[in-house]
Amino acid sequence: MTTLSELASSRELLSNLMARELKGKYKRSTLGWLWSLLNPLATMAIFTVVFRLFLRIDPPVGSPSGLTNFALFLLCGLLPWNLLAAGMVEGAGSLVANAAVIKKVWFPRETIVLANVAALNVTFLIELAVLSVALLVVGNMVLPWLPVVLVLVALLSLFVLGLALALSVLNVYFRDVQYLLGIVMQLWFYATPIIYPVSLVESADFGRWERVVLTIYNLNPMVHFIGAFRDCFYNLRFPSASAWAVMVGVTAVSLAIGAFTFRKFTPRLAEEL
Amino acid sequence: MNSAVVLDNVSKRYRLYHERNDSLKSSFLNFRRGRYEEHWAVRDLSLEIPTGSTFGIIGENGSGKSTLLKCMARILTPDAGTIQITGKVSALLELGAGFSPELTGRDNVYLNGAILGLPRQVLDTKLDEIVAFSGLENFIDIPVKNYSSGMFVRLGFAVAINVDPDVLLVDEVLAVGDEEFQRRCEQKFADLRASGRTIVIVSHAMGTMRNICDQLAWLNQGRLREVGEPGNVVDDYVEEVHAAAGPPPDPEGGARWGSGEIIVDAVELVGADGAPRETTRTGDSVRLRLHYTAHKRVERPVFGVGVHRLDGIHITGPNTKQAGIELDAIEGSGHVDLVLDRLLLLPGTYDLSAAAYDWTLQHAYDHRHRFQRFEVERGQPAEEHGLVSLGGHWEQMTENVSRL
Repeated sequence: MTTLSELASSRELLSNLMARELKGKYKRSTLGWLWSLLNPLATMAIFTVVFRLFLRIDPPVGSPSGLTNFALFLLCGLLPWNLLAAGMVEGAGSLVANAAVIKKVWFPRETIVLANVAALNVTFLIELAVLSVALLVVGNMVLPWLPVVLVLVALLSLFVLGLALALSVLNVYFRDVQYLLGIVMQLWFYATPIIYPVSLVESADFGRWERVVLTIYNLNPMVHFIGAFRDCFYNLRFPSASAWAVMVGVTAVSLAIGAFTFRKFTPRLAEEL
Repeated sequence: MNSAVVLDNVSKRYRLYHERNDSLKSSFLNFRRGRYEEHWAVRDLSLEIPTGSTFGIIGENGSGKSTLLKCMARILTPDAGTIQITGKVSALLELGAGFSPELTGRDNVYLNGAILGLPRQVLDTKLDEIVAFSGLENFIDIPVKNYSSGMFVRLGFAVAINVDPDVLLVDEVLAVGDEEFQRRCEQKFADLRASGRTIVIVSHAMGTMRNICDQLAWLNQGRLREVGEPGNVVDDYVEEVHAAAGPPPDPEGGARWGSGEIIVDAVELVGADGAPRETTRTGDSVRLRLHYTAHKRVERPVFGVGVHRLDGIHITGPNTKQAGIELDAIEGSGHVDLVLDRLLLLPGTYDLSAAAYDWTLQHAYDHRHRFQRFEVERGQPAEEHGLVSLGGHWEQMTENVSRL
């Protein structure tokens, strides 16, 4: 299908498509790009009020940082989650949204999905930068951990890319995918320690099913991704070796599945759209 | 001889879904995605297109021309066979595909250029040329959603044509924009041909195809019917379509309409000898005879005939009212003749329409569109370019006459 040299020459196209995503976003809104910051901040405010004030969830004490702050604890999980959620939802719709051009011009199709995830990364990095500043203000010295964060961002993005590649073509053949995704993402959100600390799950009473429940819970790759982001930002410690192993492993699997599915379905893309 | 495009036993199959199952539920229930029939749009097709030639593909609707072109453009993947193309390919299938409405014309030039595979540096140097070609200098920095459809297409064409492809694939998009823009497009095509680029064109415009192509391929139901010198292929094609059609095709869909007080029974070409005929020659004296039946008395009817070229161009359409004739009331059968002392149509095949209207020309009693066909062969004047002969003659005036 697509040779490496073609992919290399489509770098140009990638940056153009990315620019289109970014320029088109928030166009004609007065606040423009500020929205990409306001959105997670609003979610943070709502969740903090509901879960911290009403439901009284205690934020864990950062170890070794000693930080205790629910809003920041929440953001450390929410921002990576948003990349995953937006990457999957937008990725799934990306080929259908570009049907007109796919039917009339040939170019490496994966660039569309790639550009989508890449554009999301730009907003993600800005959000992380703002988060870092906020953490510095409350005295969490995150600067030495930023290189590790960048590696995590890269891993998570590739993980998302693999899923987005698979979903984008599947959605062409089965348009239910994008609707199904709405439910799946909701389930996945609550199955991931974003608004609550993992300790709550570990200390919950499942009776004799405890081992089974915890094993299943830990099968969720996002548990490990979010945990690793929190380690770097909130706890100020290096993510565990087992977390790295899981993240690298699931990323490789996701990319393999994504590439395979995409390759299998692209030849007839133009006629199925 | 070098070939720019080599098609080897190419086949392309479409799935025609009876009830398209796009949903997971139905596919789980049926364990597959709906029932479909297979339709071979292109079948075992082999072709070689020489480098630097202009190659035309003709055929009726559904003959597989566009599918073949899309396969060459890599938009569709053939189910069997191979396609080898030497050099860079650009396809003019739909102009401005991939334009993003919110972006300015300038941004879209870069975006569309990138989609077509142009590096940014090349676009930087070509931007002025592209903008000048489109004639949109004053609008290049506004979002394209504010463009008229004409402007949109012109910008799309300007980008696509400036890709500088080795092989250019064109699908019936030659007729865009106003006359000035058309002239520029033709010039650009001529330049591309002159600089040795290979052009593959799919079109229904037989006249154009005859003139600009070096070679023509005729596709019939996905298979190659004939390939060769354009004049011969067009003639064979037109002849077969004519023979197969029975009643000539009606591109507009409504072949006949009217309230029926007067029925147009037939229209025929009558020669100087008074006998109906199907073939005549340029310059012959003929009559176009319209036979009618009025089932009841009709006051002041208007009769008209129309002559169309096969590509749909309406060449002429005289009627009795515009000729200043007010016909008496008619009832029963009869005929009216349009007398042509010299038929000034050029050699070719033509369709005739005939109609009966009321005096206001608003109400059709019977309008039969393109229902009779006739041939014009070479005669006097022996011209062959354009639509019609104007019947003129040439005089030569020598200017430096030496008078002794």
